[in-house]
Amino acid sequence: MPTTYYSEDHEWLRVDGATGTVGITDHAQEQLGDVVFVELPEIGRTVLKGDDMAVVESVKAASEIYAPAGGEVIETNGALEDNPAAVNEDAEGDGWFVRLKLADPAELEDLMDAEAYAAFVDSQS
Amino acid sequence: MATDTGPEAARRTPLYDLHVAQGGRMVDFAGYALPVQYRGIIAEHEQARDRAALFDVSHMGQARIVGARAAEALESLVPGDIAGLGAGRMRYTQLTDDNGGIRDDLMVTRLAGDASGDASGDALAIVVNAACKDDDFAYLGTALAGWDCSLEVDESSALLAFQGPEAAAVLEAEIPGADGLAFLQGDLFHWRGAPLWISRSGYTGEDGFEISVPASHATALAEALLDSEEVALAGLGARDSLRLEAGLCLYGHDIDLTTTPVEAGLSWSIGKRRRAEGGFAGAGTILDQLRNGAARRRIGLRLEGRAPAREGAEICDAGGAPVGRVTSGGFGPTVGAPVAMGYVAAGHAAPGTPLTLTVRGRALPARAACLPFIAPGYRR
Repeated sequence: MPTTYYSEDHEWLRVDGATGTVGITDHAQEQLGDVVFVELPEIGRTVLKGDDMAVVESVKAASEIYAPAGGEVIETNGALEDNPAAVNEDAEGDGWFVRLKLADPAELEDLMDAEAYAAFVDSQS
Repeated sequence: MATDTGPEAARRTPLYDLHVAQGGRMVDFAGYALPVQYRGIIAEHEQARDRAALFDVSHMGQARIVGARAAEALESLVPGDIAGLGAGRMRYTQLTDDNGGIRDDLMVTRLAGDASGDASGDALAIVVNAACKDDDFAYLGTALAGWDCSLEVDESSALLAFQGPEAAAVLEAEIPGADGLAFLQGDLFHWRGAPLWISRSGYTGEDGFEISVPASHATALAEALLDSEEVALAGLGARDSLRLEAGLCLYGHDIDLTTTPVEAGLSWSIGKRRRAEGGFAGAGTILDQLRNGAARRRIGLRLEGRAPAREGAEICDAGGAPVGRVTSGGFGPTVGAPVAMGYVAAGHAAPGTPLTLTVRGRALPARAACLPFIAPGYRR
């Protein structure tokens, strides 16, 4: 059973064994507005927790996406190239960005669960 | 991920409550709380291209220049032909400085009869950019005094931009006669007892109108227009993507004190008589550039991939040498691809010239392109 974690930078990380799938939260896509381009990292790249990992371009602006945990990029969502709007339509599903082979399970400890993230979003508005 | 800064400290326009009630995402823009979007920028952009979109542009500065020598006075400050404007006709021009740089860009209308409020003299109405208006009005107030003209700033009117191919029919139904206006013509109308100054103009590349309405009637007028199925509100985000596709300059980005009207590709706005006579701030530089060409030019840029290039991106020639910089850029919803504008050395300005735009260390392939990026819908 995968477990989903959330970061204060509004990324989600779905952990299934040693693999983590990363995207931006529904709240984040709503704040960004219409997504028109996603720049994804190269497969094989190793990222550290907090590294710039991808860039989301909305009509308005470019936003950096940070790695919520470190690891090696093993897959990216190529479907976003033709359909970046998937990030708006299904941010926490089809709009995923990358899969990581996670480096260190201890890095998950300071991430939030869904309930804590919802409270975090509320506290920010 | 950056989020917008709060609009709490910003001034409110007469339509503020309507924006909030309609789900507008309010941001601080030039000191005003204004909606960047309601439903979404692309939907609102398409609303203006395909149907009719209503924008609150009440943050812009509205004023009148009154006095027998109003046109002559303003002509000392702008390169546009103001004396040649007929009653009710409007024109785009720039406030220039002594070096030929652009202090602001503005629309100027010659008022007449009832609308001028001054039967004996002349009156011009101007609309300037929100971010520049305090400086503009201080500058104009001083400069015009020497011509026995006064500047009357209008703080009590809202300004609505009503844009799109269906705008004329909707406005005509609410305000009979409005559709009789020609492109860049304005006139005085009355609606529910309030005087409205309506002009056929806008900044989207579409047919449309700008309506100066007393603050007391602004929300009611907006609601009356929004009653039509063809109409929806649109925010600053769509306003920006629409004007970018239309190849129109955004002050502080595409034009500023370091750019001249000639470099900015605005020579079309300098009338024949003004070219011959000069007599405006910065005429030395501007007339020289008109005769001999400018060393750099504002151009359109079409990118070959899907990644947009934003303001500040370096423009390089095919060999990788820097030749300029992007001043506005983003995704063009109607074009369906990223588009940008920027300045390049004159030798690289010809449409079709292969260039690259540097984004996050990568050279994105692009070509110099004609402006506008879309076929304008102006009703001439």
